Amino acid sequence: MKTYTNTGNKDTRSGFGAGLTELGKTNENVVALCADLTGSLKMGDFKANHPERFFQVGVSEANMIGIAAGMTIGGKIPFTGTFANFSTGRVYDQIRQSVAYSNKNVKICASHAGLTLGEDGATHQILEDIGLMKMLPGMTVINTCDYNQTKAATITIAEYEGPVYLRFGRPKVANFTPEDQNFDIGKGLKLTDGTDVTIVATGHLVWEALEAAKVLLEKGISAEVINIHTIKPLDDKAILDSVSKTGCIVTAEEHNYLGGLGESVARILVQNNPTPQEFVATNDTFGESGTPAQLMEKYGLNSESIVKASENVIKRK
Amino acid sequence: MPDTQQLEDLVTQSRRDILRMVHKVNSGHPGGSLGCAEFFVTLYNEIMERNDEFSMDGNNEDIFFLSNGHISPIFYSVLARTGYFPLEELNSFRLINSRLQGHPTTHEGLPGIRISSGSLGQGLSVAIGAAQTKKLNNDNHLVYSLHGDGELQEGQNWEAIMYAAGNGIDNIIATVDLNGQQIDGATEDVLPMGNIKEKFEAFGWIVLEIEKGNDIEAVLKGMAEAKKRTGQGKPVCVLLKTVMGHGVDFMMHTHTWHGIAPNDEQLAIGLAQNPETLGDY
Repeated sequence: MKTYTNTGNKDTRSGFGAGLTELGKTNENVVALCADLTGSLKMGDFKANHPERFFQVGVSEANMIGIAAGMTIGGKIPFTGTFANFSTGRVYDQIRQSVAYSNKNVKICASHAGLTLGEDGATHQILEDIGLMKMLPGMTVINTCDYNQTKAATITIAEYEGPVYLRFGRPKVANFTPEDQNFDIGKGLKLTDGTDVTIVATGHLVWEALEAAKVLLEKGISAEVINIHTIKPLDDKAILDSVSKTGCIVTAEEHNYLGGLGESVARILVQNNPTPQEFVATNDTFGESGTPAQLMEKYGLNSESIVKASENVIKRK
Repeated sequence: MPDTQQLEDLVTQSRRDILRMVHKVNSGHPGGSLGCAEFFVTLYNEIMERNDEFSMDGNNEDIFFLSNGHISPIFYSVLARTGYFPLEELNSFRLINSRLQGHPTTHEGLPGIRISSGSLGQGLSVAIGAAQTKKLNNDNHLVYSLHGDGELQEGQNWEAIMYAAGNGIDNIIATVDLNGQQIDGATEDVLPMGNIKEKFEAFGWIVLEIEKGNDIEAVLKGMAEAKKRTGQGKPVCVLLKTVMGHGVDFMMHTHTWHGIAPNDEQLAIGLAQNPETLGDY
């Protein structure tokens, strides 16, 4: 089985910041807006290097989304930055009407998604944002897994014409994808070849899936791990090709099982190739305060949960 | 000076368009549309510097955003009559497969529309964003927007009002249609908003008032003055005092016709009060 090396823990939000810094140098149409979270979003470099293209909006996210939509008119490519909760639920109608329905080229960049925001608790830990965003016609939804991939995705979405939701997180996690990678929107990445179970993971759960695959191998189970960084449009083919070989699937995400990656996968499977599926996701619940590791364990979002789900789903074949 | 009779004729004809459009589909918003006829006709024919061809980016021309999208009938009428799309297309207002949706949208590619509006309170933020892009592009043209007075009850406006002043967005002229009416009744009864002029001023805007918002010459003069006040480091607000339903006597001075279409008899009365000038669509 192919193995991956963690080159050192890094936060995905810093990958976003690095990508934005790069874009500042290479694309003069890129502008950045922030709702009073410049430090948290790692937008400080862009702000320092291009103050004329950085817009501090203050604590007014609805206004930020509207301004971003307006800035596209005349050719700018706005990247908005705030926490995932304030990037989606708080401004859903602004995104729906002024961005998605108006088909504006806005990049909604959302940090601190999911439980791993940690101690701030449930008010800030959105577990519904993927569902909210994937339901909007025309919206591309991306959830990257590590620093390098987040940086690559940030750079790539500037070249893509249309609204994008880019989701990433707060904690330092394994950085294991290549430093200089091409990021293909909508293209799943097969990380390991396997024959017994497919594990489809997104965001922080991708590394956990790789850890799970190692444990499963020791138990004689061959797992095919696919990194689904783009939830919409979903790489149907990568998923269907894999389950045609393995016959069962586990989906893993830092999100409610309602509305998340797992449901999108289930839809493809029932339409094309009904397959036993287990969900590693939160179970229709809010989060709470705690360290990221404690929360991921308590809510069953780690490699152990993926191992268990894999063993269970294999029995259902 | 522009020929105000020509503008009057356009206003009268647009009133006919509004009445006929909403009557045909028995839906739509005639009241606010009628009240803003002078504003739209003046804006598009005399005030804005517009390019002949529509482009979404609107570079090197003045651009306009309608925030209170429900008054789409007057917007569509004036867009059609200033050449953005064929006049006959007004026949398709609110019909299935039409580009003239109930509320304006970019989704069907109707020339002249740059943002979808209808869910209230979002247009000022969008206009501010477009104004900032004009500054970044060294484009000295202006951004105009129109908002309902009832619409100011949406909180996002006040975020935008604060932001525009705080950032010296001085290439925008935001007009508020002060007709004092909203769906449920008079704004004073639904949710009193206090002194809107003082509110805008307290936030740091230049505020001009057009007392006679249904008088072409007053609108021309007021908007020309507003243009002069741009470029002074502050955003400009125009409080346009209009009468909802203006030009059709039984629709005036009431919220009743905010979102109700006239029946056959009422249409005939309304059209009789606004005789054909430039030809019906």
